[in-house]
Formats: sequence, structure tokens, C-alpha cells
Amino acid sequence: MTVDTVTRAGETPDEEQPYRELGLRDEEYLRIRDILGRRPTTAELAMYSVMWSEHCSYKSSKVHLRTFGDLPRSEALLVGMGENAGVVDVGDGYAVTFKVESHNHPSYVEPYQGAATGVGGIVRDILTMGARPVAVMDSLRFGRADAPDTARVLPGVVAGVGGYGNCLGLPNIGGEVLFDDCYAGNPLVNALCVGVMKHSDVRLAKAEGAGNKVVLFGARTGGDGIGGVSVLASETFDEHGPAKRPSVQVGDPFTEKLLIEACLEIFAADLVTGIQDLGGAGLSCATSELAAAGSGGMRIDLETVPLRDSTLTAAEILMSESQERMCAIVEPAKVEEFLAVCAKWDVLATVIGEVTDGDRLLIDWHGERIVDVPPRTVAHDGPVYERPYHRPADLDDLQADLPPTASADLRADWLAVVGSPDGCDKSWVTEQYDRYVQGNTVLAQPDDAGLVRIDETTHRGIALALDGNARFARLDPYTGAQLNLAEAYRNVAVSGAVPLAVTNCLNFGSPEEPEVMWQFAEAVRGLADGCRALGLPVTGGNVSLYNQTGDVPINPTPVIGVLGVHDDVRTRVRGGWRAAGETVLLLGETRPEFGGSAWAGVVHGHLGGLPPRLDLDAERALAGLLAQLAADGAVTSAHDLADGGLAQALTESALRYGTGATLRVDGDPTAALFAESVARAVVTTTDAAAVRAAAEAAGVPVTELGTTGGDALVVEGLVVEGLVELPLAELRRTWTRTLPDLFGHPEDVVGAVPTGAVPTS
Amino acid sequence: MTGVRIGVVTFPGSLDDVDAARAVRLAGGEVVPLWHADAELPAVDAVVLPGGFSYGDYLRAGAIAARQPLMRAVVDRARAGMPVLGICNGFQVLCEAGLLPGALTRNSHLHFRNRDQALLVERADTAWTSSYDQGQTIVVPVKNGEGRYVGSDADLDRLEGEGRVVVRYAGGNPNGSSRDIAGVTSADGRVVGLMPHPEHAVEELTGPSVDGLGFFTSVLQGALSA
Repeated sequence: MTVDTVTRAGETPDEEQPYRELGLRDEEYLRIRDILGRRPTTAELAMYSVMWSEHCSYKSSKVHLRTFGDLPRSEALLVGMGENAGVVDVGDGYAVTFKVESHNHPSYVEPYQGAATGVGGIVRDILTMGARPVAVMDSLRFGRADAPDTARVLPGVVAGVGGYGNCLGLPNIGGEVLFDDCYAGNPLVNALCVGVMKHSDVRLAKAEGAGNKVVLFGARTGGDGIGGVSVLASETFDEHGPAKRPSVQVGDPFTEKLLIEACLEIFAADLVTGIQDLGGAGLSCATSELAAAGSGGMRIDLETVPLRDSTLTAAEILMSESQERMCAIVEPAKVEEFLAVCAKWDVLATVIGEVTDGDRLLIDWHGERIVDVPPRTVAHDGPVYERPYHRPADLDDLQADLPPTASADLRADWLAVVGSPDGCDKSWVTEQYDRYVQGNTVLAQPDDAGLVRIDETTHRGIALALDGNARFARLDPYTGAQLNLAEAYRNVAVSGAVPLAVTNCLNFGSPEEPEVMWQFAEAVRGLADGCRALGLPVTGGNVSLYNQTGDVPINPTPVIGVLGVHDDVRTRVRGGWRAAGETVLLLGETRPEFGGSAWAGVVHGHLGGLPPRLDLDAERALAGLLAQLAADGAVTSAHDLADGGLAQALTESALRYGTGATLRVDGDPTAALFAESVARAVVTTTDAAAVRAAAEAAGVPVTELGTTGGDALVVEGLVVEGLVELPLAELRRTWTRTLPDLFGHPEDVVGAVPTGAVPTS
Repeated sequence: MTGVRIGVVTFPGSLDDVDAARAVRLAGGEVVPLWHADAELPAVDAVVLPGGFSYGDYLRAGAIAARQPLMRAVVDRARAGMPVLGICNGFQVLCEAGLLPGALTRNSHLHFRNRDQALLVERADTAWTSSYDQGQTIVVPVKNGEGRYVGSDADLDRLEGEGRVVVRYAGGNPNGSSRDIAGVTSADGRVVGLMPHPEHAVEELTGPSVDGLGFFTSVLQGALSA
């Protein structure tokens, strides 16, 4: 086979090239020819096609995301957007890096591997910054819970998230699992990883110093995931399209665990000047980004890349998305020591090239030049589109379709909401995740936020929450994005932590649809305005577009992550009522707001009207109060109010440790139980006067609901019925059986295998 | 500090080695980190094989780790009476190394499962459980995908007859283990393996209880009184 060299490309300018099949448009291909002054070689075309894909280039979203960069500079932000992940100062010389990434399309095609490699990819992003990964979270969306395909996708995704994270020794500390028809052909798998380092340990993806070696280490390169980013992440699924199974990567968490340990030892010994992980677009991405960020060029001998499949072509090697690989820039004098550390951990490491004085990225294949490009043009100068956008034509009607406001049967509605797939107990999922490994998990699901201790001596810790209500965002993406920010902010505050920084994973439909583009632009504008109002920086994020099947886009799903810092995790506030005789207080104000609520959806199948009114001043006041109450040890539990309103929060608080309560609510009972007004939390205390005084000083309204105790939730004062009494046993049955009924009861199987049935010798 | 030296082994893929080391420290012991590839076992009073996925659970969970150079030395010293505790993957390694009977297989429901688990302590006279009372119920986390303890009926009858079941699952069997067996001991009571994770229940802040600390204080007291 002829190798398509740079020389040959110059000599055969008119050769037909399959750029359309690789996802490039006519004008994009012409631009590449313009940049190079000739047609690209096959290898160059492969590189440009993956790097200029929507997934890597953010070509549709870039113009909007710039808004985040305009936010006021935060003192806490050490490294901003543009690197693999932002870095935040959390005090005592510690820095934290965190990021969410989507792996939606691969997870639909192959749920286990798609989800597993999603976790693997985000963990490598965090590692690349020089941090030790300390925890993961996941935000998942599936089609209707009882749809046949959900029974295929959900168990695989959950097992994949667990299988990979558990094997890496990273505790899973929380997340979300929600269901909606709009995700039937397009589930969302958003994985978050957080890592910790000292300020001085921050690493950047940068190739500096002519003569420094380029070292590829980790797994061998195989044929998996070739074209994954361009084919999978940037196109809509079409039932008539070709099978796309081969494009999904296969993960090996054991190799990644060794890679983590080797990297941390390499960082500690100061053996690298720059480092980059290999994710989407593989070597194309790593080499062009490293070279583009440095001051010189780079030369690679591609035939030195260790292969799992010797038949791969040069272009395939450049595009391969084989997992568990990293690329480092190492000074010549340190190469030997670098390779020795890798050998200790059984990690394959190979010098594949070096940094040069020039300004070109040069790649040779058995001595013949197959790539000669300015690296910036591959990595950063991709196309930027100002996609047209306009308000969805159906939005006025949707917002005018006001939700019902009165429950006909409070008790039945209560059980329906907490027993719905969105409201029910998620143990079926979270039991498959290791929450204990590393021994620093202070809070994890079902608490509102995950909380991890980062220093055993000073007791400093970090809290994280992920929230992405798409029903609100469908009704009003500008407000919806801010409501998600507010909820994640509130969840972090409930644990007693002080919110510090924001990340995001923006899941939307096709940017080529002007109505979807409008949703995206509005959500970004909303998130930026919300962050400005709360004084928080956006440290980075991820955009996933083309989430739709056929012509139907998903509901806009901006998943927002908030990081908080806890000066002393021993003062953290937990969810759940542990003791009888404590006073239950509601903080915040309730209004009859049902647009996009769980109650309207579950009981009435309704999505319409406007989402709850945003009040970021009230959120700030509540967060400040919760931090103070935690520091003072004034509350014994706290739980935020969100989906499902007060009914959901009371149910979860009571069932956690099997402690009931006798409560009284006044006014409109439907609003009291099911409205989803913002800036609210339920706390318990043994000193109600102190909490009242603190709340009054903070300007947060307080309502006394009643007292904990007993084996039922008794709610008096409900005008319609006079009283709702829910024995905890009945409530627990309703709340816990939903997912096992759908996806299998482990208890039915345990012990079913006859003893001695498996020979042991 | 008691001056008692407890080795904690790290295999490629070990995950709970930092947790085991923390538990040893909190109990008052001195931690000696051990590396799987070393042939020599330094002077230690006892060894902990931690949880995790050594060698990615490839071949069979624990199979490759059981054949590493350090394990030969551990097996020799264990046969001479040195206390060894295998937790989760460490239990699998001990079974593969022939120090404990039986085998750990895929959970009957085929899921990895992590929950807070009640255990009944049936033996309070082994090197690792002397801090407990016989018949005591403790709560520690369990988390495994291949934690179902199995053996032939005859083997299980013999084990129970010899009183070698150390801890049994109480209030629900998380993985389908035969006869609710959660952990067993060697004939001399010096080697103990269990699937649940006592090292995750050593601090009120991070565990469901501090019930797990007893495993580590047991071996320290034993070493001090020896």
C-alpha cells in the first residue's frame, strides 16, 4: 500500500479524499487545503477531521461559552478554562480540580463500556492536572423507566460506572438518576471527577524545551474508538445508519489504576515538564494540543507507537481512542528515571518523538513524512460557527399551559411522587458503587452533597453536588440553568460547606436546529448571570450536542456542578432524622409554584407553565445561614427542598433512620407539600430558639413544622383532608420497591443457589 | 504507639491499602508498607492483605497476587504462626494461596454490592477477633462483586464442626454466601479472611460505626502479650 506522504500530497493535488465520510463539510475541507497550501495527506485529514469535530472543537458552542470568561476574576481560581480542568484554591496550600464530562452516545450503543470509559476519561483529565483523583460522581438520564430499552441501557450504564470507578479505588459520592421519554434513544451519562494537589504541583499540557522527549505511556494502541468523536459524538443517531458498535472504546480500569499510581510517583519526583491524557481524538489531540500550547514544534516517529493490532494504518493510529494512555514531555536527563517508574508499575512507556525548535508538528512513518502542519491550526483554529437561533415556536403555548394547582388526594399524590422513578430510593444504583474506599468519604448519596476529607490533620474537606433539572430548562432554559446552579449551590450549603466554584456539562440537541441553539444560548447566558450573582467562577465544562434521536431533541439538560469547601468536616451536617423529640423547622418561603414540578409530572403528566421563581439573594442568605448553623453545631440534620417539594424531603428524612414526625402545615396544602419554590431546606434541632434567632439575623423565614418521633409521618392542618398519616413501613415499601421491581430484586436471588453447588477443589 | 509492627501489602490494583494502614495507626500500631514484588518479608508482627482488585481480578480474583514473591514469604511465616488478615480481595488471595479453605465466587445476583452490613462474631479467640465478645453483633461495610463464599457441603460441615467460621452475615446475606459465612480462620486461629471491610469502620466521621477497629486492636494486644 502506498503511504500518502506530504510529498505525494503535493504531487497529487486532485486526488479525491473522503472528507465527508469523516464528518468534514466542503468549506471545512477547503479551509484545510488553504492552511496547508496543498491537499492534506490521509493522516492529516484524519487529524483535522477529529480535531475539528463538534466534540473537540466546540465549533457551535464557542461563541456562547466565551461569556464564562467574562465573569469577574475569582481569587480562588488558580487555573481557568481552557486547560484540561480548572483549578481552585481551597486553602491550606491545597488546590482542587474538578470537571464533568459526557459519554452519552457511546453509552447508548454499548452501555457498559460507554459508561466505564466515560469515567476513565474524566479521571485522566483530572490526573493530567497533577492531582490525585479522590472521588467521582455521576449524573444519569434514561428513557421512561418501564420502557424495554431502559432495561437494556440502565443496568449496563450503572455496572459500567461502578465497574470502572470501583476498580480504580475512587469513591462514588453522589449524583442523579432521572427518567424521561426524551432520553429514550439518547441516555445521558455525565461523569464527574475531583482531584486534590498542593498548589506547587499543578501541571499543564504544554510541550516546552527543544530536545525534550515525547513519551507515550499506558495501554497499547488498538483499533477501538477510531473516529469515535467525529462519528459518534457529533452526529445524530439514525435508524437507517450503519452499525456503530466498533466506534465505542473498551476500558481496562486495572491499567488505568497503574497509570494513576505511576503518574503520581512521576509528579512527586518532578519528572515531567508537560503532560496530556489521550481521550477523544487520541494522539491527534494530544500531540497537537501539547505542541500548540508550547513555544516550539514537535516531531513524532509514529511507527514507534506500541500497537495491539499491527495492521493499523498511520491515520488509524492517529485517530485511535484506545483508553488508558497518556503523553508526557520529559527532559532527556530524566527519561531513564521516568521509564523506571513506569516499569515499577508495569506501565508500558515509549519515547515516540521530541520537542523541536520549529513551529510545525511533524509526524513520520517509517522515515516518510506524513504530517507537516502548524499545530495551532489543528488544535485551536478549528471552525467557529455563529449558528442561527430562535425561540422555539411551541414555547409560548407551553408556558401558557398552566399546571394544576390543587391535589384531589394528598395522601395518594404523596405516595405517587415519592414512589415515582425520579423520586424513589436509588439504592439499587448506589449499592453498586464503592463509597468507602480511601476512607475519607464523610457524606455520600443519599445525602444532598458528597463530602470528602482532604486532610486528616486539619480536617479540611470539599463538598460537591451535581444537579440538572431538564423540565425547568425545557420551560425556560435561561431560568432553568440558574435553578440548577441554585440547587447544586444549596445542596453544597446544606452540608455546611461554603460554595466556591462551578463546573457544567451542557447536554443539548442538534446545534443545527435553531430552536435547540436558542435553548443552548439561553442556558449559557443564564448560567453566566447566575454565577455572577453568586460570585462564583466557572472553572471549565463540557458541551454535548446532537443529543436527539431522529428529529426530536432531548429536553435541554444543563447539569451543573458546585464545589464547596469545608474548613472542618467534623462539623458537617447530615441528612436524616436520628432522634425523637427534635424540632423540625422549614427555612425559606413557599409559594404555589408547580410549573415543571415532580407533582405536576407524576400525578398529572403535565409539563407547562413557568418554572419556580429564581431568587439568588435568598439562596445566598440561606447558604450563609446553613454554614453558620453547621459551624455552631446548631442543627442535627438538614435536607434541601427540590424535586417533589416538602413531601419528598420529609419522606427521605424520616426513612433514613426510621424516625417519624408529627407535623403541622398551614395554608394551601398542595403548595405546602408539593410546590418546588427555591431557597428552602428542612432542618432539625434541639434548640429551636437559637436557629430562629440565627435565621432572623440572616433574613431567612422560619416555619416550625413539628417534632420528630414515632413510626409514622403525621401531617396535620391540611385543609382538604385534615390529616395525612403515613406509616413509615408503608412509605418505605413505596419508596424502595420501584427500581428493584423494574430492574430486579437482588434479595430474590441471594441464597437461591444451592449450597455446595459450586465445586471448590 | 505500641511498637507493634504491622505490614500492609500493596499489589498492583490494591485499593484499600491506605485504609488498612490508617486502621493500624488508629489502633496504635506501626505500619510497615510491603511491596508485592519483594522476596523478603521484613520484621513484622503481623500482615494485612488489603481489599481491591489486585491484577484487575484477571484469571480469578486473587489468583495472580497469591503467586507473587512476597506471598511465598507470607505463607511461610503464616504457617509458622504469624497472624495474617485478608480483607475482601485479601481473603480471596488467602484462599488462592491455600492458607484458608473454600473459594469466593461471583455474587449470586451478579452485581457489585456496597452496603452497611451486620455481622455476628462467632469466634472471639482468634488473633484478629479477641477484642470482641462471642455472639456480639457488629456493623461494618461490605462491598464486593465476587464475595460469595462457597464450599462443598462436606467441607462446610467440617469447617463449622471445627468452629472455623469467624463471622457470619446477620440481617440479610449480601451476596449469596453459603450458610451466611462472611469470614473463616485457619485451624490455629492465626490467619483470618473475611469479605466485609473492618478498615472502613474505624472512625465515626467516615464509617457506619467504629466496630471494625477491634480486628486491629486484637492483633496488637496479642503481639504485646506474646
